[in-house]
Amino acid sequence: MKAYAFDYVRAATLDEALALLERAGDGGKLVAGGQSLVPALNLRLLAPQLLIDIAHLPELRGITCDDTTIHLGAGTRHVELANSPLVAEHLPLLQMAVRHVAHAAIRNRGTLGGNLAHADPASELPACMIALEAVMLVVGPGGERRIDAADFFKGLYETALGPDEILVRISIPRSPAGARFHFNELARRAGDYAMAGLAIAMHGNSPQDMRIRPVFFGIGDRPVLARQAALCLEQAASLQDGLAAAQQALLGDLDPQDDLQADAGTRMQLAQVLLKRGLADLVAQGRG
Amino acid sequence: MDKKVITLTVNGESHRLEVEARTHLADVLRDELALTGTHIGCEHGVCGACTIRVDGAITRACLLLAVQAEGAMIETIEGLSETGEIRDLQDAFRNRNALQCGYCTPAMLITAQDLLLHNPTPDRATIRDHISGNYCRCTGYQAIVDAVDTVAKARQAAGERP
Repeated sequence: MKAYAFDYVRAATLDEALALLERAGDGGKLVAGGQSLVPALNLRLLAPQLLIDIAHLPELRGITCDDTTIHLGAGTRHVELANSPLVAEHLPLLQMAVRHVAHAAIRNRGTLGGNLAHADPASELPACMIALEAVMLVVGPGGERRIDAADFFKGLYETALGPDEILVRISIPRSPAGARFHFNELARRAGDYAMAGLAIAMHGNSPQDMRIRPVFFGIGDRPVLARQAALCLEQAASLQDGLAAAQQALLGDLDPQDDLQADAGTRMQLAQVLLKRGLADLVAQGRG
Repeated sequence: MDKKVITLTVNGESHRLEVEARTHLADVLRDELALTGTHIGCEHGVCGACTIRVDGAITRACLLLAVQAEGAMIETIEGLSETGEIRDLQDAFRNRNALQCGYCTPAMLITAQDLLLHNPTPDRATIRDHISGNYCRCTGYQAIVDAVDTVAKARQAAGERP
């Protein structure tokens, strides 16, 4: 349970980190909080030659807000998301979700950017990013580019980030007034990886202007926006009226696989149960 | 691979150490500083036995490389014991039989203290949630929750006294 030997350097600026990453090539690996990386190192699942510590980069810090958008530095720790008044006011979904990420001691060090770049399919925050239509700002040797959350997660531990790029900031549109959110996951023990989870963002009340984004995680190799189920709900007279059709539509939206925790059939059932509970919660919020 | 020179403040004392980059903080505390109250169980962040405080925040010492902790203020169970900060928790754990083999106990105490610092009036579900990242294979947790609950109420009562 001891890592292979590697070298380590603490970068002081984003430019320095990019230069180190480019020079290190395939042997370089970024570390911020290290809460997913260090276990993998200890288990010898990874053998980088050089760890580049980006935990102290000022460019990755801060939570700010303008008229339309909330900007989260990639170095924002989970505990900072949980305690941020700006996040509480404008991104309640993230605050609901972050409570489910591992345990307090992990949330004290793990970062938002590290969580997203790691792209664990059972992770809570990637699903929220898709539900909230976040945009990732990444920087590489060729400059900046912006990637929609829907295009960012490519598969098991795989993202659209290039090997020489660093995720710097996550920008999320402020939710319109009256928006409602739901987050839930099913895990055998608190803090464990979810067997299935669901993040929902919705806004608008009348059937004509209602939009809903239900995003499942822990079901496939990446978070999945259930498009057909969403369509069923948007076309129904009410959320309750659309429930049965939306649950049926999940059979097409999702493609669960067997693993040690649950087989595919169980996972589909859990997804349908989560959708039913989520819609009931959103209906109750609407009455409140 | 060359060793790195780091400076850590551990329980108020400054230490200059030479460490390999791959060495996690739990190994440095135990092997270099002989602070063996920080226990090592799974070494991948699951069991919680190595929980310490880094700059005031509870942290898994097995998930933090010593080089990452350069410049940080570290507190271990030895420090929390010596200052008397958790004397009441230690007494309550003993009185309630909240430990048997004791392997999880140092980290359980630090985690319980972390909860009470942030939330002085937790209910039992909140206590369970906060210690859910710390495995105990002896007690079944009931007695640990009892002990933390007892201390929360005692501190509350002491605080309300004129």
